[in-house]
Amino acid sequence: MAPVETTARRASAGVLRRRWITAGLTLLLLAIVILVDRTSLGDGPLGILFGIGVLRFTLRAAVPLIFGALSGILCERSGIINIGIEGMMLAGAFGAFAVKSHTGQLPLPLSLALSTLSACAMGSAMGYLHALLSIRFRMNQIISGTAIIVLATGLSTYLFDPDWLSRGKFSDIAIPVLARIPVIGEVLFTNGLLTYLALAMAIALHFLLFRSRWGLRTRAIGEHPRAADTMGVNVNRWRYINTTIGGAVAALGGAFLVLEAVGQFKESMTAGRGFISLAAMIFGNWSPLGALGASTLFGYTQALQNQLLLSGITRVPRFFISMLPYVTTIVVLASVVGRTRAPAAEGEVYETE
Amino acid sequence: MTDIVLEARHITKAFPGVVANDDVSLSLHRGEILALLGENGAGKSTLMNVVYGLYRADQGEILIEGEPVQLSSPRDAIRLGIGMVHQHFQLVQPMTVTENILLGSEITLGRTPFLDFEAGRQRVRELSVRYGLSVNPDDVIEHIPVGVQQRVEILKALYRQARILILDEPTAVLTPQEIQDLFRVMRELARGGHSIIFITHKLREVLEVAHRIVAMRQGRVVGESLPESSTQATLAEMMVGRKVILQVPKGPAHADQVVLEVRDLSMSATRGGVALKDVSLEVHAGEILGVAGVQGNGQTELVEAITGLRHVQSGAISMNGSNVTAWSPRQRSSMGMAYIPEDRHRFGMVGSYSVAENLVLNTYHLEPYSRRGVRDDAAIRDHAEQLVQAFDIRTPTVDTAAGSLSGGNQQKLVVARELGREVSLLVASQPTRGVDVGSIEFIHRQIVAQRDRGIAVLLVSAELDEILTLSDRIAVLYEGEIIATVEASQATREQLGLLMAGVRAPLNA
Amino acid sequence: MADPLDQRTRFSRWLVRLAHPLVSPALALVTAFAVGAVTMLLSGDNPLTAYWGLLQGAFGGLDALSRTLRTATPYILTGLSVAFAFKAGLFNIGASGQFLMGTAASVAVGVLVKGVPAFIHLPLALLAGFAGGALWGAIPGVLKVWRGAHEVITTIMLNYIASLFTSWLVYAGGTQGQQPGPLSDPAAAAQGISQTGTILPTAKLPELLPDVLTRVHWGLVIALVAVPVIWWILKRSTFGFEVRTVGENMSAARYAGMRVNWTIVLSMAIAGGLAGLAGTVECLGLHGRFAPEFTGSAGFEGITVALLGRTEPVGVLLSAVFMGGLYGGAAKMQFESGVRSEIIQVVQALVLVMVAAPELVRVVYRMRARRSEEDTAESKLATGWGG
Repeated sequence: MAPVETTARRASAGVLRRRWITAGLTLLLLAIVILVDRTSLGDGPLGILFGIGVLRFTLRAAVPLIFGALSGILCERSGIINIGIEGMMLAGAFGAFAVKSHTGQLPLPLSLALSTLSACAMGSAMGYLHALLSIRFRMNQIISGTAIIVLATGLSTYLFDPDWLSRGKFSDIAIPVLARIPVIGEVLFTNGLLTYLALAMAIALHFLLFRSRWGLRTRAIGEHPRAADTMGVNVNRWRYINTTIGGAVAALGGAFLVLEAVGQFKESMTAGRGFISLAAMIFGNWSPLGALGASTLFGYTQALQNQLLLSGITRVPRFFISMLPYVTTIVVLASVVGRTRAPAAEGEVYETE
Repeated sequence: MTDIVLEARHITKAFPGVVANDDVSLSLHRGEILALLGENGAGKSTLMNVVYGLYRADQGEILIEGEPVQLSSPRDAIRLGIGMVHQHFQLVQPMTVTENILLGSEITLGRTPFLDFEAGRQRVRELSVRYGLSVNPDDVIEHIPVGVQQRVEILKALYRQARILILDEPTAVLTPQEIQDLFRVMRELARGGHSIIFITHKLREVLEVAHRIVAMRQGRVVGESLPESSTQATLAEMMVGRKVILQVPKGPAHADQVVLEVRDLSMSATRGGVALKDVSLEVHAGEILGVAGVQGNGQTELVEAITGLRHVQSGAISMNGSNVTAWSPRQRSSMGMAYIPEDRHRFGMVGSYSVAENLVLNTYHLEPYSRRGVRDDAAIRDHAEQLVQAFDIRTPTVDTAAGSLSGGNQQKLVVARELGREVSLLVASQPTRGVDVGSIEFIHRQIVAQRDRGIAVLLVSAELDEILTLSDRIAVLYEGEIIATVEASQATREQLGLLMAGVRAPLNA
Repeated sequence: MADPLDQRTRFSRWLVRLAHPLVSPALALVTAFAVGAVTMLLSGDNPLTAYWGLLQGAFGGLDALSRTLRTATPYILTGLSVAFAFKAGLFNIGASGQFLMGTAASVAVGVLVKGVPAFIHLPLALLAGFAGGALWGAIPGVLKVWRGAHEVITTIMLNYIASLFTSWLVYAGGTQGQQPGPLSDPAAAAQGISQTGTILPTAKLPELLPDVLTRVHWGLVIALVAVPVIWWILKRSTFGFEVRTVGENMSAARYAGMRVNWTIVLSMAIAGGLAGLAGTVECLGLHGRFAPEFTGSAGFEGITVALLGRTEPVGVLLSAVFMGGLYGGAAKMQFESGVRSEIIQVVQALVLVMVAAPELVRVVYRMRARRSEEDTAESKLATGWGG
């Protein structure tokens, strides 16, 4: 028994050390940001790297990735690979825009609420379709996800009418008291509703996944569906439910783009965010808080790219600066090998007979 | 008025191409340990999966306490007080003992969706004490030994208040002492009013623990007897349907020069695996070295290091005097190393390929099967025709997909491929796992015949009987270390059992 | 003296066996078109006139046929690219990036290499195109075997990177003092147009039958030759045996002593090369230059082509012609019926769903499952993120 205990203790020591490192890095970053913000250091390249502007943009860029990664976690923790996040997000963006542009005569909050609901409806339809194809019709889940993307791209382009117009977005709401904290208040507590939702959802999902009955069952069916089945858990029912909800969550990412960030719909406006969120999910080791951190990192690369382009650095062609998020994704993906662990039963059809 | 707790009546269950259960009837009494005896593929597990609601019978009915019941999912079985410990443990590896036990019947904090871990832990401790099944509620499954994992499986059933327990091949992964411990628990449970169906193919265990024995063969119940009036020979005949020679005819070994030498081999553990620590062994030409040990004590790692599938961190492997530590699997194979892998579906063959293609799976690149990068199908088929004859592989044609053959014939295919060419070393890992008695006999004879031809054989098996039957010398692997090597003629089952459990008995050999 | 009745049943059985691999895809197509029709009805379009226009545009006359063949040419090659990777158990959604990189390499040779005769220049340009795609395809292969990064994400990211990189190559320069790209044509750049100069005549792929078919070029022949070549590699060569074994059962391949990592990288390189060749023939035969309108979308259609063709080279050829008709005829359809040509993308997605889920077609048509059909090509694809 002795060696068993040491392995367990070593594992928990590793977790503990990682937490300390994360906390330390966060504090260091905070110190730098405050320093940059309050002194003249912020005028130079440090301002581009650590200024309030880049941080605010980081969060904005991270929100769709957070929703995407949470969608991935919902599906994959229960054993369904979701390559189709990109498509679900796009469907959500289109669904939000279609309703938004037709409810212009309604009061803005109502119109926004309806548009968000419409995005969720489109997303869950896509999620349900993905579940149906991969569970009922035993399609390879990677192909099914690809089909979801092609379908969402095709449908949104075919149905999109360039004459549709949308006015008004979710505006920033400053949270009383908290918003007045220097730097943090400006970055974290002065945002739109969907941004708060993304942050809250990541935290809530983390607790649900590791502490609730639903979470226990979800993790079990993604890891060892037969074990769950022999204990009376209905494997495929939970897979349907999680994947459908996952579609709605991914769609919120699309809704954010249309209703809070851009304000309009463009063909293929998700621009690979669905895939980057998959990388964030993997980098975050299939845990919601991990995915939140990873999405923030990827959001930062997008913000940095944006700041660099705005700052007018001309020596480096802008195309190369624009590659930053994509290159980072590959580098991060290639660096996590052996450090993450996918749910064991992912991608497999579960059948009792 | 009746003490029959479970009755299966005229159960028939067919799968595409095979009738797994053909009009099977069976009854189980209160407080009884019923042994269900049969070979692999006899239909025991199918019947139990029907009883547990995992399969639905095509015909027939199940009665619990005299009442006909509908079992359409394990939920129904659990509700009716049936618990099953599967041969392959149904445990979620990265979760804790408590999480695994609670799963599906969770204790929550009041009406919230959140789990009450404290209450769960408490309940696990209670059960653990009451039934003498010692576990630590907070251990993660993948960190605990298989013997403890099995206790968790039994606790899962008891937590759900099962009165009828089905144990499917529960002893396959245990040391002899752990088996005794399991039997003690089983007897206690039976005394306390639980009824147990004990599925096995091991005759000795049946005689030791069962109150009554039912034998199945080819989907039918073929006999019933009591342990008092049975011997291993009569049970074997009932199970297989003919007289079985339990001992392989085997003369003394004529060990010659060293063929395989492993020196101070070490490697760190991969996820879910075991580290090897300074493993040293020698296999001589003309002898069989058996590596005994409970599954998961480094056998896979050792075999993969020797065959070149895994890199070693330190130490050396030499074959016929050359240091092969850095060689690729292909180089070792062309040097004369044959390898029968433990999991033939994962490693040994490609199910969708034909028998002929599978028979050249590791020689396809050599002449005459390939000339300048182009396949010669005629040569491949000729080769296959010969091996199918020589090794008695029952297949319609050599073009048949290997995946459609029976388990025994698939294993013969692998054996034929490895032994159908000139080799000087055979590494055989669990060579008879999951095959029928006829094929076991054939494979055992082949292994002994190879030894007698002067080939060095390294036999790795979790079946102590197999090790004792075939080996000339026995090395015991425990947590990645060889803790003893003994002459087979002097080894006893009890001594090996203690070694397999890590007890370094004083050896006066 | 064979029984005539017996002969007839044997003949019909033979017919059934011949037609069998076509039955399922055919039903899949019918279903996809039916669902597409419902979509059009729901959004107020007339599916009958749309499909009639599509048929006209695809196969109505030599002009339409030329357009179909022209469109099908790159699809054959990208379809082979995706299918070849499938055989090795890899999902190449990066064909469009490889397409772009191949195109860029061939155009560089076609524009910059001067004063060599056609019989050197043209093969050199083709080779450069294949090599450009192969290198780009090999990257995800290397990342997979070396670092365990899943090819689905890396190839998608490489698509975006390839798109940005080629845009830079031809960039006209201008805003914020950015320099023009190395392949940008100065004359066009002066007018703010981002494109390369015209490929030299010595590197052009000539038209195939100028008097019969409009603008159908020798690239079609190259694609047609690639079909039996890929078939031969997969079915007859030792390397093909390794590729298929790695795809079917990687553990068994490793056990059998195959160089699994090398096979994966090489398979991805060949897949990338084929996609690169697709862009190359498109450029050398049709457009004569590289402009940012080149999106490499033929790479994505390659997925549908490969799956519809059941990842077999001959099937890929047939389905590429079908897809060529679909996209070639789309403009005509929009012109004739007023239905937006984007509906074709919807139909394509439906085709993809129907062919990749044989179970779905079986349920719709109440067909019984056949054991031999259980093993669809895609079922061997990786089902996880590996690691």
